[in-house]
Amino acid sequence: MFTFIECSRAALISIKAHGLRSLLTTLGIIIGVASVIATVSIVQGLSFNINQQFEGLGSNSLSIYSYTSFDDQLRGRFGRITDRDLQLVSTRVSGIESITPILSSRFNSPVRKGARSTYGRVIGTSETYREVNQLFIEQGRFLSDSDNQSRRRVCVIGVSVRDGLSLPENPVGEYIEINNEWFKVIGLAEAKGEMLGLQQDDIVLLPYNSMQRLNGNPAELDIQIQLTVQNLDDMPKVSEQVQQLLRKSHNIEGDDDDFKIQSAEQLRDSISQITAAVTLVMGGIVSISLLVGGIGIMNIMLVSVTERTREIGICKAIGAKRHVILLQFLLESLLLCLLGGLVGLLIGYAAGAGIAAMIPDFPPAYVSLWAVALSFGFSALVGLVFGIAPAAKAANLDPIDALRYE
Amino acid sequence: MSLISLVDIYKHYEMGQETVRALDGVSLDIAANEYIAFTGASGSGKSTLMNILGALDKPGSGDYLLNGHNVAHLNQDQLAEVRNRDIGFIFQNFNLLPRLTALANVMQPLIYRSLPLRAREQAARIVLERVGLEKRMHHLPNQLSGGQRQRVAIARALVTRPSLLLADEPTGNLDSATTRDIMQLFDELHREGNTIVMVTHEPDIARHCRRVVRMQDGKISEQYWN
Repeated sequence: MFTFIECSRAALISIKAHGLRSLLTTLGIIIGVASVIATVSIVQGLSFNINQQFEGLGSNSLSIYSYTSFDDQLRGRFGRITDRDLQLVSTRVSGIESITPILSSRFNSPVRKGARSTYGRVIGTSETYREVNQLFIEQGRFLSDSDNQSRRRVCVIGVSVRDGLSLPENPVGEYIEINNEWFKVIGLAEAKGEMLGLQQDDIVLLPYNSMQRLNGNPAELDIQIQLTVQNLDDMPKVSEQVQQLLRKSHNIEGDDDDFKIQSAEQLRDSISQITAAVTLVMGGIVSISLLVGGIGIMNIMLVSVTERTREIGICKAIGAKRHVILLQFLLESLLLCLLGGLVGLLIGYAAGAGIAAMIPDFPPAYVSLWAVALSFGFSALVGLVFGIAPAAKAANLDPIDALRYE
Repeated sequence: MSLISLVDIYKHYEMGQETVRALDGVSLDIAANEYIAFTGASGSGKSTLMNILGALDKPGSGDYLLNGHNVAHLNQDQLAEVRNRDIGFIFQNFNLLPRLTALANVMQPLIYRSLPLRAREQAARIVLERVGLEKRMHHLPNQLSGGQRQRVAIARALVTRPSLLLADEPTGNLDSATTRDIMQLFDELHREGNTIVMVTHEPDIARHCRRVVRMQDGKISEQYWN
């Protein structure tokens, strides 16, 4: 321990004595660690943010939507989910808490109010939409079963639609024009913000049947079904039941279903897989720069040993044993790398935070402890591995030759 | 019993085809508190003898008893310990550590003895005062004159209280006035009880010593007492 402290002291003196050279030597490590930290902090910030958003989505929901493979598209066969499927699923599958159809618009016209128009996602759905999507009503009321039965021309809108059309703060009672028909606003949905950069407040919800009429041509009906399960543990079982049922009703015999069942959990998993992969690839690329930095350190340490041959000789003459010299040089390269790691950490974090702040709507950078530990550990490893050769060279110098060295 | 006993020391080097007989059967006893000079032309083997006496080098054959212990066959780390404990080196070109202050240079050997910082500093201050450098302790070597540097080197040699002070041409890089001062210091150190072994080719320096050993072709050719 005594030797360790004394050798660290000597190593620090030496690093300080060659300030500029030490800095340049560690530049490789600094850049390496800085890029690791910057990359990881940005990606981690993103995935942290995504995870948080998913918390709000309700992880006990499943969506079922049609899927047409490329082969089938070429053959002109399109998979569909229909009212009949909705009926089947809601009556024959057990463990469902609530279920709702989602009918997307087949027209592209904007939502209008007088001369103003705005983009709105027009969706036809039922009153259970609210439970499945955890949607809360701020003003007025939500769609009801009787709205649906009597195909009333009413709608519930999101805040960005209200703002886009310059409707009053409380838009209930106003009329808006959707695909050339007038609808009365009966409710305003509470603001949800964005998710994954997608606006969630631009919805215009109509009664399912009213929407069907707007879309026209019921033969080509294709809906999405969203449902929530009573018990999260039953999710795979429910998903399995739905799949069996729909395969039977669609007369599917091969392996390829003409529909997909996706849970929020799955979506989150696939996104975290993507971010993990990105982190890994970027981490791999920048660890190469750490390796290069390590070689730079070894190079300078070898030069330093040669340059200080005489000093090493002096130390040996006055009684330094081999392991003392070895430890001193090893610690010097270790300290160089750790200092480089520290500087790199700060720069990397600043860069990550800076980049995240510069991109609008980007989540803040987030440095996880493991990234810090890993890059520090890697720097230390680089210092040790690339310090061994120079330190061994120094330790094995013959004192007489070293003293005679010019 | 003598402090140092060299028995039949041989040291041969292979230089290409030729064998250089650097030391060719040297036997010598040195008692405690002796003041002894080795002289001789270059290539006479005095430097090799010095290296062996200083435990920097091992003899090819023969025995070297230092304080009654045979150090001729120790390994590198054991030799380092002997150097730290028993030998105080003073070199022609001072060999101070350039980035350390005078004080830190003098403290350096005590690090290898695992002495705590405060004890090291105390011991170093005492010897620096002894060599008259109490005012220059915090200067770096390149801020000191040649004579001062050699005094730092002497202080560094003294700080471990070695059995033997080993000086290799200690005045070789100094002007004549400084040489006189340094030699006076050596004389004083001898009177205080230190054993001093010096290598020199200057007759004036050798005259300070009580005993002069002349080397030639790896052998002791002549010895006399002043």
